Amino acid sequence: MVSNVLPFVIALPLLGAAVLLIGGRRTDSWGPYLATLLPIASFVCALVLFVHTLGQPDDARSQSVHLWTWFEAGKLNVGADLLYDQLSSLFLLLITGVGSLIHVYSLGYMAHDERKRRFFGYLNLFVAAMLTLVLAANYLVLFLGWEGVGLASYLLIGFWQHKPSAAAAAKKAFVMNRVGDMGLSLAIALCFTTFGSTSFDVVNAGAQHAGETTMTWLGLLLLLGACGKSAQVPLQAWLLDAMEGPTPVSALIHAATMVTAGVYLMVRSHAILDAAPVARTAVVVVATVTLLWGAIIGTAKDDIKKVLAGSTMSQIGYMMLAAGLGPAGYAFAIFHLLTHGFFKANMFLGAGSVMHAMDDDVDMRHYGALRRAMPVTFLTFAMGYLAIIGFPGFSGFWSKDKIIDAAWHEHWWIGALALFGAGITAFYMTRLMLMTFFTEKRWRDGVHPHESPSIMTGPLVVLAALSVLGGVMLLGSWIQDYLAPIVGEPPEESSGAPAWLISLLAVLVVACGVALAWFLVGRRPVPDTAPTDVRWPVAVARQDLYGDEINDTFVILPGRKLTGALLEIDKYGVDGLMTGGPVAVGAFAGIFRKAQNGFVRSYALSVLGGAVVVVLALMVVNWQ
Amino acid sequence: MNGFVSPHLEYSLLWPIFVVFGVACVGILVEAFAPRERRYATQVALTLIGLVIALVRVIIIGVDVTPRTVAEGALVVDGPGVFLWGVILVVAIAGVLLFAERQLDTGVSAFAGQAAALPGTAAERTAAQQGLDHTEVYPLLLFAVGGMMLFPVAGDLLMLFVALEVLSLPLYLLVGLARRRRLLSQEAALKYFLLGAFSSGFFIYGISLVYGYAGTMDLAGIGDVVQHGGANHGLLIAGMGLMAVGLLFKVGAVPFHSWTPDVYQGAPTAVTAWMSAATKVAAFGALLRLFVVAFGHDRLTWQPVMGAVAIATMLFGAAIAVVQTDVKRMLAYSAIAHTGFLLTGMIGFTAGDGDGTDATHAILFYLLAYSVATIGAFALVSVVRDSNGEATDFGKWTGLGKRSPLVAGLFTLFLFSMAGLPLTGGFIGKWEVFTVALRAGYWPVVVVAIAASIVSVFFYVRFVLLLFFTQAQKEVVTGGEGTTTAVVAVPAWGSIVVIGACALATVLLGVVPDPVLQLIENAGSFIR
Repeated sequence: MVSNVLPFVIALPLLGAAVLLIGGRRTDSWGPYLATLLPIASFVCALVLFVHTLGQPDDARSQSVHLWTWFEAGKLNVGADLLYDQLSSLFLLLITGVGSLIHVYSLGYMAHDERKRRFFGYLNLFVAAMLTLVLAANYLVLFLGWEGVGLASYLLIGFWQHKPSAAAAAKKAFVMNRVGDMGLSLAIALCFTTFGSTSFDVVNAGAQHAGETTMTWLGLLLLLGACGKSAQVPLQAWLLDAMEGPTPVSALIHAATMVTAGVYLMVRSHAILDAAPVARTAVVVVATVTLLWGAIIGTAKDDIKKVLAGSTMSQIGYMMLAAGLGPAGYAFAIFHLLTHGFFKANMFLGAGSVMHAMDDDVDMRHYGALRRAMPVTFLTFAMGYLAIIGFPGFSGFWSKDKIIDAAWHEHWWIGALALFGAGITAFYMTRLMLMTFFTEKRWRDGVHPHESPSIMTGPLVVLAALSVLGGVMLLGSWIQDYLAPIVGEPPEESSGAPAWLISLLAVLVVACGVALAWFLVGRRPVPDTAPTDVRWPVAVARQDLYGDEINDTFVILPGRKLTGALLEIDKYGVDGLMTGGPVAVGAFAGIFRKAQNGFVRSYALSVLGGAVVVVLALMVVNWQ
Repeated sequence: MNGFVSPHLEYSLLWPIFVVFGVACVGILVEAFAPRERRYATQVALTLIGLVIALVRVIIIGVDVTPRTVAEGALVVDGPGVFLWGVILVVAIAGVLLFAERQLDTGVSAFAGQAAALPGTAAERTAAQQGLDHTEVYPLLLFAVGGMMLFPVAGDLLMLFVALEVLSLPLYLLVGLARRRRLLSQEAALKYFLLGAFSSGFFIYGISLVYGYAGTMDLAGIGDVVQHGGANHGLLIAGMGLMAVGLLFKVGAVPFHSWTPDVYQGAPTAVTAWMSAATKVAAFGALLRLFVVAFGHDRLTWQPVMGAVAIATMLFGAAIAVVQTDVKRMLAYSAIAHTGFLLTGMIGFTAGDGDGTDATHAILFYLLAYSVATIGAFALVSVVRDSNGEATDFGKWTGLGKRSPLVAGLFTLFLFSMAGLPLTGGFIGKWEVFTVALRAGYWPVVVVAIAASIVSVFFYVRFVLLLFFTQAQKEVVTGGEGTTTAVVAVPAWGSIVVIGACALATVLLGVVPDPVLQLIENAGSFIR
C-alpha cells in the first residue's frame, strides 16, 4: 500500500512542473488548472496513506520504500529511498493540504498575470521538491529536496523579475541559503565518514556510540543548514526581502512550509542532537535570539508582508527552541509548525487579499477600517490573529503554550524570554490588525476596496477554520503519542511551575501586549508617513536590527577583501606559474637545443658521455 | 670428438620469420630478373602477401601459445614475443602500404629514382625524367622486419646482436633514399649509420663482459647466475650498462637520442612513419626481455638508473619539442618523450607479482597505442604538400583546419592520443605505464612523467590551435618559391586505409580498450 502510493505523492506535482515548464505556451490555457489538481491528488494520496496507517499498530506505521539505487561507489551505496513515518505523514498533509489551498487561491490571485502558467509550474516544482525533502530516507535525498526547494524559492521570489528589487531579493535569498547549504553538505560528508552511510536509520542508530565531539560538529553543521533555510540568526536577512515574491509564494514557501524545513531537519536529526548537548544549547540560543529578533522587527514595519515575515522568523524561532529542548520539545516543535502553517498561511493569504483590494499597496499606513469593506477577509484574518497571539482556545494558544512550558522547565530565563516574545507578538499583531482593519480610513485616491472573489476567500475560510481548530491535535496528548515512536517520549514533568500557572502568565503577558498596542496605535491617529523623530530602539528595529549591516561588515567586506587578495594571488602567483612554466621550458629548450647541432661527432660524444654516465651510475647504485 | 650435429629447428613455430626472410630474398631476385616496369606491382604484391601469410601464422600460433625455447635455445617463443611479432607485422603492412604511395608526387614514389646518382647532377635528372624508382625498398623493409621479429624473441646474447644488426642495416639504407631533399636524407642516413655502428660497439662489448661474468650466452642462464650471484659483480654492472646503451640508442632515450630528430626529418616520410613505430616496438621488446629475463634478479641495480634515464628523456623530449617549428621534428622529439614514458613503465618492474609481468603488459599496450598514433600522424604529414613536396614547416600548416577539416581533425586525433587525452589509446597507455610505476613505488618518476605530459600537452594543443584557430598569413609570393600555405593532396587507397585504420584503432583503444588489454593479459609473461 505505502510503497505503491508514496512515489505518486511526489511524482504528481513533479509531472505538473514538467508538463507546464516543458510544454510551454501550449499549456497556457489549461496548465494552471492541471497544476492545481495535481497537488490536490497528492493530498488525497497523503490522506489515504494517513488514514491507512492510523489503523495499524505503532511499529507498522513507519515504512521505507526503496525506489532504485541512486549511486554506488566503493563502500558507498546511496539509494533513492523514501521513508514514510509519523513525522513525514504530518508534513505530507501540511504541504499538500496547505499547498493545494494556496494553488486554488493563486488561480484567483494570479488570474491577470501573463506568466501565470510559469508561476504554477514553479509552484508544482516547489511542492515536489518539498515532498522529496520530507519523504527522504537518507540525508542525500533530503539534500536533493533541500536544493530543489531552494531553487523553486529563488525562481518564485524573483518571479516578477522585471522589478530589480525582486531580482536582487531572489539573489540574496539564494546566496544566503548557500551558506546554510554548505553546512548541510559538510554535515552529510561527516555522516559518510563517521557512519559510512547517510541513511537516517544508520545515523540514528550510530549516534549514541559515536564520539561526542563528532556529534557536536555534526549538530552544529546541521544547525547552520537549518539557519539558512529557516531564516534563523545569523542567516535571517533574506526572509524579509523574499516578500518581493507574489503573496501566495510568501504564504506557501516563506511561511507555511519551506522555511520550516530547518525545524524538520532538527527533529529528524534528533538522535544527533540528543548525543550532543553543546549543539543543542546552540540551537536553543539561536532560536531564542531569533524569536526576539523577528518579533522586534515585526513591531517597526509598516509593510504588512514584512510584519508577517518578521513574525514568521519569530515563530520559527519558537519551533527551533522546542527542537532544541530535546525530547521534551520535539513533538511540540512539530505541533507548532503545523498550527503555524495554518494560521500564517491564512494571514498571508489574507494580506494578499487586502493588497488585492488596495491595488497592491503594502503600506499599512494607507489602510484602515477595512473590516467593513472586506468582511470575509477580516473575519478569517482575525482567526489567524487570535491564533498567533495565543488567545485561549485557538490553535496557537495550545502550541505556543506548550513550548513556553517546556522552555520554562529547561531553564527559567529561556521560558521568560519566550514569554516576553509572546508579549511582543501580541503587540505587533494587534498593531497590524488595528492599522489594517480598524482606525480611520487612510486610503489613497482612487482605491476602492472590495471583497476578493470566492476562489480566494474559499481557501481563507478553510485555513481560518484550521487556525481555530488546530488545537484538537493536542487532545488526549495525541500528537505526543503519535510522534513518540520517532522522537521519543517527552519526560514526565517533574518540578517547577505548574502548567496552569504558566498558561495564566502567558495570557497575562499577551493581554499586556494587546493593551499596549491599543494605547499606542488604536487610540491615536495613525500618521500618514512614518514619523522620523523616533527614539533609537524604533530606528534600530526599522533597520531590521542592522541585519544587513552586520552581514556587510562581517561577511561581505572581508569576503571582498579575500576575493581581491585571491585575485592578486591568481594574477601574480597562479598565472605567473602558468606563464612562467612555458618561459622556463622555453629557456631550458633554448639551451639544450644547441646540443642538436647537426655534427655527428657531437652526437657520438653525447653517446659516449651517456655510456660513461650510465655505467658509473650503475656502479654508484651498487656501491657497498 | 663429436661430429657436427645439425641444429633442431621448430619450423612450425618459426616459419613466419622464414617467410619474411624468404620473400625478401625472392624480392632481390625480382629486382635482378623482372623487367623494370613490372617490378613495382610485383614487389608490392609479393611483400604484402608474404607479410599477411606471416601474420596469419602468427595469429594461429598466438591463439594457443606454449612458452618454450626453440632453435637450440637461440630463440624463445612466448606470449609477449608472439604479441610483438603481431604488432611488428601489422606495422610492417601499414609501412608497405605507405611505401607504395605513388599518387602524391606525380606518379612516382617517395624514394629516390637512382640512389647512386649524386644530388644535383645530370644523372639524377635523367633518372627523374625516366621515372625511375627504387623498388628495392620492399626487400629492404622485409629484411628489417625479419630482424625486428628476431630481436624481441632472441634467447641468447649473440642472437640479440645479430638481430640488432639485421634490423639496423636496411634501416640505414632506407633513411637515405628520399626523392626530395636528398642531401638532408643522405646526411641523416650517414649519421644514423655512424652512430648506430658506434652504439653497436658498446652493445657487443657489453655482451662480452656479461659473458665473462656469467659464462653463458643464454639469457635464462645469465638470469640464473645473476640470481645466485656470480664471481665478479663489476663485470656484470659494466656489461649491463654497455648493453643498455646499445638498446637505449635504438629506442632513442636521452642522451642517446641525438640521431632521432635528424633521421626522422631526413628520411622519406613513409619510412619515418614505419620505423618510428616498428623500431620502438622491436627494441623495447628486446630491452624488456633482456632486463626482465637476464637482469631481472639484479633489478635494484638498474631500476634507479633506468628511472633517471626515463626522467631525462621525458623532460628533454617534451621541452625541446616546444621550440620546434617543423612538424616532423616536433613529432621526433615527441617520440623521444614517449620513449621516456615507456621507460617509466619499465621501472614498474616490481609492480604486481614482482616478475615484471605487469610492466610488460603496460608497455605492450603503450607500444600499440603509440604505434597507431605515430604512423597515422606521419602518414598525414605526407599528404600535406606544397610545390616543393611535403610541407613540414609550421607556417604551411597554419589554418589547415579551414581548408581541410578532415585531415586537420584526424591529425588532431593522433596528437591528442600522443598527448594522452582521454577517449584515445594514448590515455589508456599512459594510465597503464604510470600506474605500474606508481605501484612499484617510483612516484618521483611518475611525478616527472606527469609534468612532462603537461608540457607535451602544451605543444600538441598549440599545434592544434595553429591548425584551427590561427589565420593563415597571406604573404606576397616572391622569387617563385611556391605558395606560402600547403594544400592537401589526395593519396592512394593504401595510405587512406592506413590513416583510417590508425584513426579507428586510436579511438577504439581509447574507448573500448578491454579486448586488447585482455589479449595482452593472456599473453602472460616472458619465460625465464
